[in-house]
Amino acid sequence: MIAVAAISSVERIRAILANVPDPEIPAVSVVDLGIVREIAEDAVTITPTYTGCPATLAIEQMIRVALDDSGFAHVAIETTLAPPWSTDWISDEGREKLRAYGIAPPPKGAGASALKNAQAAECPRCGSSNTEEISRFGSTPCKALWRCKSCAEPFDRFKCH
Amino acid sequence: MDALATYALRLGDDSLILGQRLGEWCGHAPALEVDLSLANVALDQIGQATHFLNLAGEIEGAGRDGDKLAFHRDVMDFTNCLLVEQQNGDFAQTIARQFLFSHYQELMFAALAASKDARFAAIAAKAVKEVTYHATLASDWVVRLGDGTEESRARMIAGLDWMWRFADELFEMDDVDAAALAAGVGADKAALRGAWDQRIDLALADATLARPAARRPVLGGRTGRHSEHLGHLLSEMQFLQRAYPGATW
Repeated sequence: MIAVAAISSVERIRAILANVPDPEIPAVSVVDLGIVREIAEDAVTITPTYTGCPATLAIEQMIRVALDDSGFAHVAIETTLAPPWSTDWISDEGREKLRAYGIAPPPKGAGASALKNAQAAECPRCGSSNTEEISRFGSTPCKALWRCKSCAEPFDRFKCH
Repeated sequence: MDALATYALRLGDDSLILGQRLGEWCGHAPALEVDLSLANVALDQIGQATHFLNLAGEIEGAGRDGDKLAFHRDVMDFTNCLLVEQQNGDFAQTIARQFLFSHYQELMFAALAASKDARFAAIAAKAVKEVTYHATLASDWVVRLGDGTEESRARMIAGLDWMWRFADELFEMDDVDAAALAAGVGADKAALRGAWDQRIDLALADATLARPAARRPVLGGRTGRHSEHLGHLLSEMQFLQRAYPGATW
């Protein structure tokens, strides 16, 4: 019985967190982005995306409120740096949500090694690969600024990290 | 502070002061994309500083956290290298500083990621990915300015010429570094010099620039002997917490 109860409370916490949006990119949840690393009965472990991401504190506070509001005030929030977060932690569902939101998702498994010869991003609006990088640093630490040469729209690309 | 706390403090101070310097560009850079880039690099540095300064406070065990260390120390207690406190000057001078520092920092963090102390290793492994972007950004601009117009080239040469004298300090190994290395926690900074030289020379060749003439190295930052510039930086950075200690919002 205890085991069954434990599974269900972890699943309930997961469902709550799946509804906590990233404050900078509200189209995706903190679970989609891989910020939530581990869920236990008494603790949720999260990991920052970038060391200086200003959203880190906001994310922790939003998770706190969501847990408190659902009767999980006793669940602690822990932060861990290792292993470092990478864009490979973004779920397939999260990638699709990013694309639908207008942000080209990062190539999977590419990691930092792809930095120097980044393959062309696919335009999230028209799907063309005829695109170019405008600036490697964008409006948030996790995004670069790109432009589509087919439909002429600028767009954000989630940086490989 | 013992050697390991000081070691963490130095890493944190380097990042903090560089982050603050780069933040001065916010809203003033030559182009929007450059403004975004410099602000992003500043943010990464301040994030790294938060981690290293919190760690320094944790090792020290005297109840000081990262904020306390950042805002409530005087200029002679800062242990950053002299390079990062140098004034922004023009854009080329800022890029010269970034170029010399980011390549050092990337090599340093890559080495520290293998530290026996899991706390140092975790911060370094996380931060090295960010710094890879900074080093690439800086190298790209050194090439663009150096191999650019007559004006941009002259400014890039002048920027590198000023910053070059502060490069040796990056690889200096004193008692604190030796103790951290012996404990398996720190990196052998002197051993990073060869790889750094290669990276710098490669980018300079691309930029059709020669290495600046060798100068007498300027040292002292690690033991609190700073240039006049640092005090001015701190007076702005620390003002609010000095005037209203513990203020939050």
